[in-house]
Amino acid sequence: MEVNNTNLANQIQDPTKSPSGLKILWKEIVRDKLALVSLILLTLITVFVYGIAFVLDQDEIVRVDLFAIHEPPSEEFILGTDYGGRDIFGQLIIGTRNSLSIGFLVTAISGIFGIAFGLIAGYFGGYTDNAMMRVLDFFQVLPFTMLVIVFVSIVPNYTILAFSIIMAAFNWMGIARLIRSKALQEKELDYVQASKTLGTSHTKIIFREVMPNISSLIIVTMTLNLAANIGIESGLSFLGFGFPESTPSLGTLLSYATNPQTLEYRWWIWVPAAILILVMMLMVRNVGEALRRATDARQRRG
Amino acid sequence: MWKFIVRRILITIPQIILLSVLLFLLAQAMPGDALSGLVDPNVSLEQKNALREKLGLNAPWYEKYGEWASGLVQGDLGQSFRFKMPVSDLIEQRMINTFWLSLATLIITYIIAIPLGILSGRYNDTILDSSITGYTYIGFATPLFIFGLVMLWVFGYQLQWFPTSGSVTPGLEPGSFEYVLSKAQHLLLPAISMALIQTVSTVQYLRSEIVDTKQREFIITARAKGASESRVYNKHILRNSLLPIAAFFGYEITFLIGGTVFVEMIFGFPGMGQLFIESILLRDYSVVNAVVLIFGIAAILGALLSDIILSLVDPRIRIK
Repeated sequence: MEVNNTNLANQIQDPTKSPSGLKILWKEIVRDKLALVSLILLTLITVFVYGIAFVLDQDEIVRVDLFAIHEPPSEEFILGTDYGGRDIFGQLIIGTRNSLSIGFLVTAISGIFGIAFGLIAGYFGGYTDNAMMRVLDFFQVLPFTMLVIVFVSIVPNYTILAFSIIMAAFNWMGIARLIRSKALQEKELDYVQASKTLGTSHTKIIFREVMPNISSLIIVTMTLNLAANIGIESGLSFLGFGFPESTPSLGTLLSYATNPQTLEYRWWIWVPAAILILVMMLMVRNVGEALRRATDARQRRG
Repeated sequence: MWKFIVRRILITIPQIILLSVLLFLLAQAMPGDALSGLVDPNVSLEQKNALREKLGLNAPWYEKYGEWASGLVQGDLGQSFRFKMPVSDLIEQRMINTFWLSLATLIITYIIAIPLGILSGRYNDTILDSSITGYTYIGFATPLFIFGLVMLWVFGYQLQWFPTSGSVTPGLEPGSFEYVLSKAQHLLLPAISMALIQTVSTVQYLRSEIVDTKQREFIITARAKGASESRVYNKHILRNSLLPIAAFFGYEITFLIGGTVFVEMIFGFPGMGQLFIESILLRDYSVVNAVVLIFGIAAILGALLSDIILSLVDPRIRIK
């Protein structure tokens, strides 16, 4: 009986009722062919890279082979080898996986912190907001790249998690500012006032009521941040302050191009990684931009 | 108005102090102090400790900070332990190089941004506009260091139009015409690379600003008065759209700082960014500290400048 009732309820749902946020996001992606293709390609790359990297042995790939230094692409090495005789193709796969993983991790950590910060500042407003925004202002003027490099060079137990936390620590301000401005608007709405009158706790209003209402904005920002974070990580690895060489990232492959000989004569080492970073960042952005349009009713395509 | 400016300047002071404390604590946390690279590894521990005591390396951190900060105020950035010379001497030439690089980048950024933004905004939704928007879209997704590498590869190595490293051809007489010319030539490629990426946000902003202004009532009034199309654009729209762009000038400094580290490493340009990376690798922390501090203060002052200009242009953003 219970089941029948919900079915019935679904059937007689008011057709004029506005669709849910997630549904709008999904519709916009399907309508924007470029974003749809990007999303499919991204999914394929992710599955492919994680799948192959699961089979490939990272230690095997980063093992130095002095008899195969700087080999151009051949049948044995599809994309040639680097100065240590290491297979570029294998490094490319593992590098993409590592870059993606760190991109997701940094986006998640900075996202969680930034969202909480923004929600609290925006929801309470007044003095709380003012004080928190001064802290944010301070973080925003810090020279980001340099401080991350300084931190990376002094952390004793240097792991992927440590690197992600350092990056996130200087990278949460953008999303926090955005969420805060949205929360400032949201708290004036009737449902928040009503909930307050009913005696709901602040924590519950913030995280169970306000946050779901701005979820589409959160998804959009996180997607765009993912693209940026992949770029930043590869930049830091390029300078030599991202992953250690035994854990290749796409930036590590590009850093070999700081050697003029490699840059000029051994394209197979750095060009594929450069193209891969560009393509991935563009595709994530395509998806993000489509999502951004979806959150703004005036810009939607359908 | 004045209240806002004074308040904004007052916020800047704790920002700078906080930055200096943060940097100082970071330097303290760096593995190995200045001494580890300075003395013979065979020197006994007692001798090392005595030396540490003599150099003041064993004092508590706040005492050391006080000493360091009072030195800073007097323009003393400390000693480079690696090069055995005052940091300020080491930095001076690098800072001049980075200054010219940044200035060239800013000029090129605006040379590109203003015409592209105006064209894109004036003829919006034409093929011209969509190709400019396409450029900004791709530019946003391109990391500077990849673009820099490609530029170096194409224009430095393949076409050989530009030198591939350094800031000047060695052996030229400083002050001579050839010297200046060579400096400019070394500067151009890194500056163009940085500007082409940095400019995209300004182009986009200017475009949306013009598209926005175009529909305002005072523009319709101007047209109704019979003002010519060029007069409408040059006098009415441009003046209103360019001011907010001018205000972002200060924020550009923050982007420049991140950019110089990458660009100077790629183009082998002896500036502050390159000095920073070299010093980190050498663990020459007094130099690292000085560089980050100078860049940090530059960014703080840039943000201050932008906020003041913005508040003059747009009274709505003044913080209470």
